Amino acid sequence: MSASGKLQVPVMADLHAQGKKPEYLFWVGCAGAFDDRYKKVTRAFAKILNYLKIDYAVLGKEESCTGDPARRAGNEMLFQMQALNNISVLDGYGVKKIITICPHCYNILKNEYPDLGGNYEVINYTQILQENIQNGNLKLNSDLFNKSKITYHDPCYLGRANGIYDRPRDILHAIPSEKVEMKRNRSFALCCGAGGGQMFKEAEKGNKEVFIERIEDAIETGADIVATACPFCMTMMTDGIKYKNKEEQMKNLDLAELVAMSLNL
Amino acid sequence: MTKQIVFIIALLATLGIFTYTVLRLISFFRLTKPYPVRDFGKRLRVMLKVAFGQTKIFRFPVIGFLHALVFWGFCVILIGSIEMVIDGIAGTERALGSLGLVYDIIMASGDVFALIIFVAILIFLFRRIFLHVKRFGGIEMKHSTHIDANIALTLILLLMVTLLGMNTAYVAGNLQGEIAGVYPVSNILAGLLKNFNSPAVHLIHEVNWWGHILLIFFFANYLPYSKHFHVFMSVPNVFLSRLEPLGKLPNMDSITAEVKSMLNPDTAFAEPSGDTQPIGRFGVKDVEDITWKNYFDSLACTQCGRCTSVCPANITGKMLSPRKIIMDVRARMNEKGPGLVKNGKDYSDNKSLLKDYITAEELWACTTCNACAQECPININHPTLIVEMRRYLVMEEAAAPGELNAIFTNIENNGAPWQFSPEDRLNWVE
Repeated sequence: MSASGKLQVPVMADLHAQGKKPEYLFWVGCAGAFDDRYKKVTRAFAKILNYLKIDYAVLGKEESCTGDPARRAGNEMLFQMQALNNISVLDGYGVKKIITICPHCYNILKNEYPDLGGNYEVINYTQILQENIQNGNLKLNSDLFNKSKITYHDPCYLGRANGIYDRPRDILHAIPSEKVEMKRNRSFALCCGAGGGQMFKEAEKGNKEVFIERIEDAIETGADIVATACPFCMTMMTDGIKYKNKEEQMKNLDLAELVAMSLNL
Repeated sequence: MTKQIVFIIALLATLGIFTYTVLRLISFFRLTKPYPVRDFGKRLRVMLKVAFGQTKIFRFPVIGFLHALVFWGFCVILIGSIEMVIDGIAGTERALGSLGLVYDIIMASGDVFALIIFVAILIFLFRRIFLHVKRFGGIEMKHSTHIDANIALTLILLLMVTLLGMNTAYVAGNLQGEIAGVYPVSNILAGLLKNFNSPAVHLIHEVNWWGHILLIFFFANYLPYSKHFHVFMSVPNVFLSRLEPLGKLPNMDSITAEVKSMLNPDTAFAEPSGDTQPIGRFGVKDVEDITWKNYFDSLACTQCGRCTSVCPANITGKMLSPRKIIMDVRARMNEKGPGLVKNGKDYSDNKSLLKDYITAEELWACTTCNACAQECPININHPTLIVEMRRYLVMEEAAAPGELNAIFTNIENNGAPWQFSPEDRLNWVE
């Protein structure tokens, strides 16, 4: 499959019309569908799903915002309308297992939808990647990153919110390259500044932007790749690199992209 | 006999004042909203780990270790204090001495811990007075809060001095006789008293014994009005802490009923039936909207500032300080609680927690990253309270920042925070 061109991605409604029911629903998320930079991450992960021959489908036009930014910005009414509508779509297809790339979608589907009657096994993509690396289905012995130094930025909604610290690091350790930790890492990691609705608004008055404070942590490590696992973190880290004029020295890649590139997908 | 009578009067006075304080706090707790507590087994495990194991305080390793020593020391010394109360009432001396080896171990560790705590408190006082520790500063840290901290530390220091003084005189006064318990530190200190005659040693013992117990009585009644109330409140606060993952926000069930009826075509356009319960205020505006656990948090908070020191908004100079949010709850309850108790739930003093204490600017600066909740040594959860206040701003006052109103509209109209058509949701495959 070429780097550009149309990917073969099964859509739930089509499979349903054929009387098929995939094992997994791949929840793409709004950033995964609409953010130009992050769409590449979605493509990378879909290629990996295809490579692994995982039985999945996406909702496509039937997917809608989980309501996460609305809920965290205090609009509980809007969140619950979104959630209840999404639950009725998911239950209509008899969805049991959901794979997410976005940690915010992951957190809300896993932890908050059950309160509204939406009970699914929600799986973050780091689990798919890590388990398939571990069982040998994904062999990442390409020398593409041999000379790279990678640092990983923990997204709040994977790390502190859900305790996922090791899987992303296990994935990186399977990629032949040098790894380095920022001074604030794992549960001590500093937020990128975009959570809780901040992604969509100007920051309050202060003396610095949070993403600049965080990219300085990354630059301090001397890494040439900052790996992220969240669409908002990606926007923030990429902005930080630009702000610091470090585009020549440092790249921001998602874990899915690092894996897909290592597989030459 | 006179000693017993004086002791019992002092004890009753202490308990009397303490009961008054507790009843006052209970009347404030009654003003708050429910917070269900289940899973006692799991809670016990969290309490053993986080409170008695001091796991979160160790996240700041050096000063955390000193705190852990003080905490563990307090636990051991508490047993000796109970013995003093028994002695005071019954007119006995070292009433638990008959416990034998167990007593020896408790007394020996208490004696050693007294010295350790003495040194640790000196270090704490030195840090507070002479070193510029950033997290002890901030807009919420008034002059009186610093004085409060230093008074509490000084009281603990005096408690340790009198404990060691009492033990030392006890050992020195009974060199020929039977000594109940083992006192490694006081044994050495007893050498200082070798030139004192027996009545003098006895006097030193009595002064320190009374000094120690009266300080405890005073301390017990000072604490509830101090930031150092955490001595009593932090262990139960950890027991009562939220057990869900940090990322989970509590659901608003009152909204669920409403949204479900809106989404159901049979009820969406029906006339309200009239017998529906009036729904209370959405979110938190003032202290009567918080849960009793929120108030518990505010009483247990010792203002250490670990939360604020890791807050991305605070680090980058924004107004938000998670510690301030918790301190404001306590201060506002102190202000409004008595009026609510006296005049009923409709009482208003034309002020509120949100706006007069906590500004919208502080609330909108939060990224819900949970660094504060992760750091809090006693498991206070700040982000849920912050979101509750955002809920009030958005749903009661429609006072969200403009950009957020725009994403609400987008989500409502196109099912995404950005202005893209749902028709384009599969464009990423191209």
